[in-house]
Amino acid sequence: MSSSRRSAIIVEHLRKQQMWDAISKSKRLDGRDFGELRPLEIELDIIKKANGSARVKLGDTEVIAGVKVETGEPFEGLENKGALIVSAEVLPVASPHVEPGPPDEETVELARVVDRGIRESEMIDLEKLVLVPGKVVYTVFVDCSVINADGNLFDATSYAVVSALLSSKLPVFEMQDGKVTDTGRTQETPITTIPVSLTAVRIGDVVLVDPTAEEEACMDARITITTNSKGEFCALQKGHTGSFTIDQIKKAAEASRVKGEEIRAKIVELTGYGK
Amino acid sequence: MTQTRNLIDENGKRTDGRTIDELRPVKIKVGVVKNADGSAFIEFGRNKILAAVYGPREVHPKHMALPDRCVLRCRYHMSPFSTDTRKNPAPSRREIEISKVMREALEPALILEDYPRAAIDVFVEVLQSDGGSRCAGITAASVALADAGINMRDIVAACAAGKVDDKVVLDINDTEDKEGGADMPVAYMPHLDQVTLMQLDGVLTPEQFSECLDKAIKGCRMVYEIQKQALMQKYFGNELELKEEQ
Repeated sequence: MSSSRRSAIIVEHLRKQQMWDAISKSKRLDGRDFGELRPLEIELDIIKKANGSARVKLGDTEVIAGVKVETGEPFEGLENKGALIVSAEVLPVASPHVEPGPPDEETVELARVVDRGIRESEMIDLEKLVLVPGKVVYTVFVDCSVINADGNLFDATSYAVVSALLSSKLPVFEMQDGKVTDTGRTQETPITTIPVSLTAVRIGDVVLVDPTAEEEACMDARITITTNSKGEFCALQKGHTGSFTIDQIKKAAEASRVKGEEIRAKIVELTGYGK
Repeated sequence: MTQTRNLIDENGKRTDGRTIDELRPVKIKVGVVKNADGSAFIEFGRNKILAAVYGPREVHPKHMALPDRCVLRCRYHMSPFSTDTRKNPAPSRREIEISKVMREALEPALILEDYPRAAIDVFVEVLQSDGGSRCAGITAASVALADAGINMRDIVAACAAGKVDDKVVLDINDTEDKEGGADMPVAYMPHLDQVTLMQLDGVLTPEQFSECLDKAIKGCRMVYEIQKQALMQKYFGNELELKEEQ
C-alpha cells in the first residue's frame, strides 16, 4: 500500500531559508540557474563482462548501467520482436537513507519510468533481434545501480542506460540443429533514436531542472519528460504530492525539447557514438 | 507501440462507435459500501471499480503517524478475474506504481493538516478492467473521499487522452490502449486549475502533445460534472426529484 511519508532527507529550517533567499534572487544554493544541469560525466566500458556499460555522474549522483544479452522467448503479443528489459536499483551504498531489502515504491517508480522512456522511444529496433519468429529472440537486459544518490536519479539513470546501449556490442547468436549457439562474433546494436529525459521540480512558484537531493526534499511536485531525436515526446511522469498548472507543464515540455537537444549532443560527444 | 490496423473508420467512428471527442458512458453511485466512511462505485465504459475510504482514523502501525498532518494511504488493486488472463492477486510492480501516483493525485485536494496523527485509507478495487482504470479509480476515490466528509480543496477528476491512427482522441479504451499510438492519463482539479497526475507513453509531436493535454483536461471537466451529479444524487436526491416534479 502506498503511504505518504516524511522526506528521507530532513533539511534544516536555516538551510531552507537560504534556499528560498537564493530562489528569490533567481539562483540556487549551488549557484546554478533554474534551467541549468549539473556537470555530466560519462565513462564507458567499465565492466568488461557486460556487452556494454557506462558510469554516469550528474553532479554527485552516480549510476552504473550494464547491458547483458541472452536469448529467450518473446513477450506475449510481441512475437516478432526481441525483448528489452530495463531495471534499476538504489544500492544501500548510495545514501544513509537506503536499506537493503525488496524495492520500495520509489525505486519501483524509478525503474518503471526509466524503462518507459527507453521502451516508448523505440530506441532499439527490436524487430532486428529475432532468431526464430515467435519462439526465440534476443533478450536485452539493462540493469542499473545507483551508487551515490544526490537527487534526480531519474535522469542520471536514464542517461546511464542510453550511454550503455549506445556503446554496446551485441553478441551474434545463431540457430544450429535447433539450438542457440554463440558465434563469438559481435554486431552493432540497432539504435534508431536517442531518448533523453529531463526532470524538473516545482518549489513554490519556480520550476527548476535537475534537482539535488536537498532541492527534492523541498519540492512540491516533480515532472519527468522524455523526448526522442526528432524532438517528439515519448514518455512523461508527474510525481510527488503537489500539482502543476497547465502552463507550467507546457513550459516544462518545451524546456525538455530544447535542453534535451543539448543533452543529446553532449551524450553523443561523451560516448563517441557514430564515430 | 506499432499499430497494425485502422482503429478509426472512414466515418470518424472508433472501435466502440464513439467519435474522437466522446467519453465512454460513465455512471457513478455513491455510498455503496455500508461499513466504509465513504465509498463510490464507478462504471467507466467497461471498467467496474469500487472505491472505499476509511478514516480519518488511528494510524497503525503508530510510528507511521505524522505530528502535523494526516497520513494518506492508497491501494490500487486488480481482482484476479478483472482481466482477460487471470491476474495474480499479489501486487505487481504496475500496481505499486499506480498506488503511488494515485495517492499523489489525490493528496493535493485533501486538507490533511486538519487531521494530525490520523490516517485516511483509500482502497480502489478494479473488479473489471477496460482501458483507463487508473483514471476511473481516481475519479471514484475522489467521490468516495467527499462522501466520507473529508475536508477537501477541490474534487479530482481524471480522464485520459491519446493518439489513435495519428489523431488525438479522448478517453482511450482497452483496444486503443493496446494497439494505438499514445496514452496520456491526466488528473485535474477543475476549480484550482491544477494538474495532479500526468503520465504519457507513446510518441507525440509537440503540437499533438499540447492538443492531447487540452483534450484530456476537457474530458476531466466532463467527468467532474458526473461526479458532482452523483454526490448531489446521494445527498439531495429527494429534493432534486421534488424540484423536477414542481
